[in-house]
Amino acid sequence: MNSRSPILATLTATVLLFMISPMVLSITAAFLQQYSRGLASGLTLEWVVHVFSQYGSTVYASILIATSCVIGNALIGVPCAYALARARGRWARSFEEILTLPVAVPGLATGLALILTYGEWRDFRQSYAFILVGHMVFTLPFMVRTVSAAFQRAEIASIEEAARSLGAGFMTRFLTVLVPVVLPSIVAGGLMVFTLSIGEFNLTWLLHTPLTRTLPVGLADSYASMRIEIGSAYTLMFFIVVLPLLWLLNVVANLVQKRYGT
Amino acid sequence: MELEQIALTAVGCAKTYPDGTQGLKPTNLKVEPGEIMALLGPSGCGKTTLLRILAGLETTDAGGQIFFGDQEVTARPIEQRRVGMVFQHYALFPHMSVERNIEYGLKVQGVDASIRKKTVGELIDLVRLGGLEHKRPAELSGGQKQRVALARAVAAGPRVLLLDEPLTALDSKLKEALRDELAELLRRLGMTAVYVTHDQQEAMAIADRMAVMRAGEIIQVGDPEVLYRQPKHAFVANFLGRVNILRRNHSHTQEGVFVIGSSTFHVPTHLGQELLVRPEDIVIGEPQSDRVQGMILQRSFRGDHIQLRVRVSDQDPLVLDVSRDARYQQGDTVSIDISPTSFISAKES
Repeated sequence: MNSRSPILATLTATVLLFMISPMVLSITAAFLQQYSRGLASGLTLEWVVHVFSQYGSTVYASILIATSCVIGNALIGVPCAYALARARGRWARSFEEILTLPVAVPGLATGLALILTYGEWRDFRQSYAFILVGHMVFTLPFMVRTVSAAFQRAEIASIEEAARSLGAGFMTRFLTVLVPVVLPSIVAGGLMVFTLSIGEFNLTWLLHTPLTRTLPVGLADSYASMRIEIGSAYTLMFFIVVLPLLWLLNVVANLVQKRYGT
Repeated sequence: MELEQIALTAVGCAKTYPDGTQGLKPTNLKVEPGEIMALLGPSGCGKTTLLRILAGLETTDAGGQIFFGDQEVTARPIEQRRVGMVFQHYALFPHMSVERNIEYGLKVQGVDASIRKKTVGELIDLVRLGGLEHKRPAELSGGQKQRVALARAVAAGPRVLLLDEPLTALDSKLKEALRDELAELLRRLGMTAVYVTHDQQEAMAIADRMAVMRAGEIIQVGDPEVLYRQPKHAFVANFLGRVNILRRNHSHTQEGVFVIGSSTFHVPTHLGQELLVRPEDIVIGEPQSDRVQGMILQRSFRGDHIQLRVRVSDQDPLVLDVSRDARYQQGDTVSIDISPTSFISAKES
């Protein structure tokens, strides 16, 4: 902090305090016997154990869905981004508009549309695949936009031309040159997709069933129906599981960027 | 490495863009086997479009034809034309090592690993990249990237080599050194090559012949010296070097003379009323009674030479160069001589 500007220092400290205290309080609450009585009530691990035993499965579900979402969107989104980047003309622009629609439309509306369309397919409706589809629809634009911007760069267009001049047909150059060249963007897009999927509540809340719950849905459930200490313990679990995962992914993304970045 | 030498011919190739603008007017060009042809012109003249049509990256308008040797390749996409191409910013594959970049074309063709290794080894020696085989493009200097790009382009045994402003990305000092190196490498390869550039020095240093282009058409084709000395078009004269414009009146034009001060030169009528003279064709000396005299308006030191602007009779001031040790100063009176064969027509034909 800059010692020559005490006002700025104070302001920064205030904002930090304002942002951090809810987290600290929430985490502390997870270990308190009784939140309303504060530390005087004593410390306990009961709530944390309770949450892990009752909601532990939502963690796996969330991570599984987020991972599948990244893989699925990479498989669909990368070819789509390529097509979009190379297509000139009006239809490509309108397609891009439609693609971003799920971001603008409230998740509840998207969820309702999915239920109206696929609700009759009971096995599908009651499986995690249903939530996965919802997440993919919602996060696809983030993958496509990021990767499409990379494909549009002039240097990548001429790298493709170079591969063509060397005799590489479409599939060959797509797999051996184009995908590796845009890999940093795919990873960046994937990271965004993962993050969005892990935290997605709005859409998932509508799509979930009692047997298919994700982390944020479980969180809402515990806040709504359990005591505040359990809700707080849930928040703690979220931090414990998700933060290291996000850090790890960021490290991987940076490594890829370093190795493959142009 | 055995490389073919075939002729490259474009017949009536034109390019009209969807919005109706004509990037290239119907153009004919023949590049002889083993010849290096430069396409030279300012930006937007259609040189890159012509190169991309030859490469197969753009299609020609209906009616145009491209021949590699005797074979017509007009309908083939670039993947099937067997061309080697060097791009403006190298376009190396950033995720592959030098070795794997060079090897790519051979790998795509399904050539045996042992033959690939041998060819790549030969090329690495040819372009002097020994020791850098396992480096990535990001770790190389501009000149090294340039050589990798060239080696990659020729590795798979292309029939023609196409170069799109390959030195543009380099700074001017390095550019000059690499220009001569590239010229020498291309000579050694002995392939039919087309070299696009907007830099006339580069074109002259590298090409056997050059095609000067403007506004979507080829104005003149010829060897660099002929084009410089006897341009058939004022644009070519201007583009290839500096010129002075001299004017003569109608009666002098009809008589086939050019009169300046007390001097008379025989300059044929067909050159027209406006004449061009290159600075190096004008010689100045101490004032002499039988020579036309002029006054130095400006002297500017340029390092290896001095540039003078001289007012002579009623003509526009002449620009000419003298040696860096010449003692002429601003305001001096000097005599002017122009070598009689050096007049160039300023006609646009």
